[in-house]
Amino acid sequence: MATVSGLLGRKVGMTSIFTEQGNSVPVTVIECGPCSVVQRKTKERDGYEAVQLGYIDLKAPRRKDKVARGEAGHRGRGEANGPTRGHFEKHGGAAPARHLAEFALNAEGDEPAAGSSLTVDGLFKAGDKIKIQGKSKGRGFAGAMKRHNFSGQGASHGAKIHRKPASGGATDPARTFPGARRPGRMGAENVTQLGLTVVEVDAGRNLLVVKGAVPGAPGGLLRIEKAKP
Amino acid sequence: MNQNLIRAVEERHYKSDIPQFGPGDTLRVQVKVVEGNRERVQAFEGTCIGRSNSGLSETFTVRRVSQGVGIERTFPLHSPRIDRIELRRKGKVRRAKLYYLRGRIGSKSIRIKEKA
Repeated sequence: MATVSGLLGRKVGMTSIFTEQGNSVPVTVIECGPCSVVQRKTKERDGYEAVQLGYIDLKAPRRKDKVARGEAGHRGRGEANGPTRGHFEKHGGAAPARHLAEFALNAEGDEPAAGSSLTVDGLFKAGDKIKIQGKSKGRGFAGAMKRHNFSGQGASHGAKIHRKPASGGATDPARTFPGARRPGRMGAENVTQLGLTVVEVDAGRNLLVVKGAVPGAPGGLLRIEKAKP
Repeated sequence: MNQNLIRAVEERHYKSDIPQFGPGDTLRVQVKVVEGNRERVQAFEGTCIGRSNSGLSETFTVRRVSQGVGIERTFPLHSPRIDRIELRRKGKVRRAKLYYLRGRIGSKSIRIKEKA
């Protein structure tokens, strides 16, 4: 059994291309994979069936002997530390990767072998429905108009407030009900975009071209999965 | 890196047979139109009054006055619905967008000098 249900990728940016009918479609270009198969999770051992995939290889350690933190030559951000290397070696010898994620397995097809590499080729094709998860752009401390689509107040006629949330609710209960929509931190949260369509697959460049927008800024990590049929 | 990958996706949509033209030029745009299940080519002739955007999404606007009514059509430059663009006459103008033509009435006042 079992092909993987999705891959990890990175948002490249947006553009617009033409269909064969001559319509211009807005598309997002995604660098999708290749992902290494890090660990196979089984029902017997882990209680469920899944594969853990790794995306973007970490650098090989620059030197073997220990270098103190802060010293030149200390393990940098791009290198795997000991415990991380141990995890990758234990389960099948995939190269240490920066990002890890688990994906469910579909019933048909060949099982992905641990240590092997998975690409966008054959997994997605033009016309497929997919869902994409990513971290939205952070908006910082945003007002109620931006954060909750409040209407705000008038600009003229002597108005002294313009973008405030105004009424906080009923006065009779003498308290504010929990969950009141107020200004606050907005964005930088996981967003899932359902029902996106694959427009094009470029297997040679590991590119996936998807109709419409996906969450996050260019360069952001994305989780691309097949939509449930 | 990013721009190269986006360019790679756009690449096959770019047209190579577009003539060099700008605002003030008189163009004849051959547009593909679908009538029922038949496709034919229809011409739209007029003055180019500007080009906007860049890359694959670049567009140009053509204005003509037909029976006293001004008609403007904006085409995507690289659209596959455009069969070809013919350059009829080079115009001598001093601005990028010829929006001032919209206020002009009469055939003489919308005339543009030919580029020597």
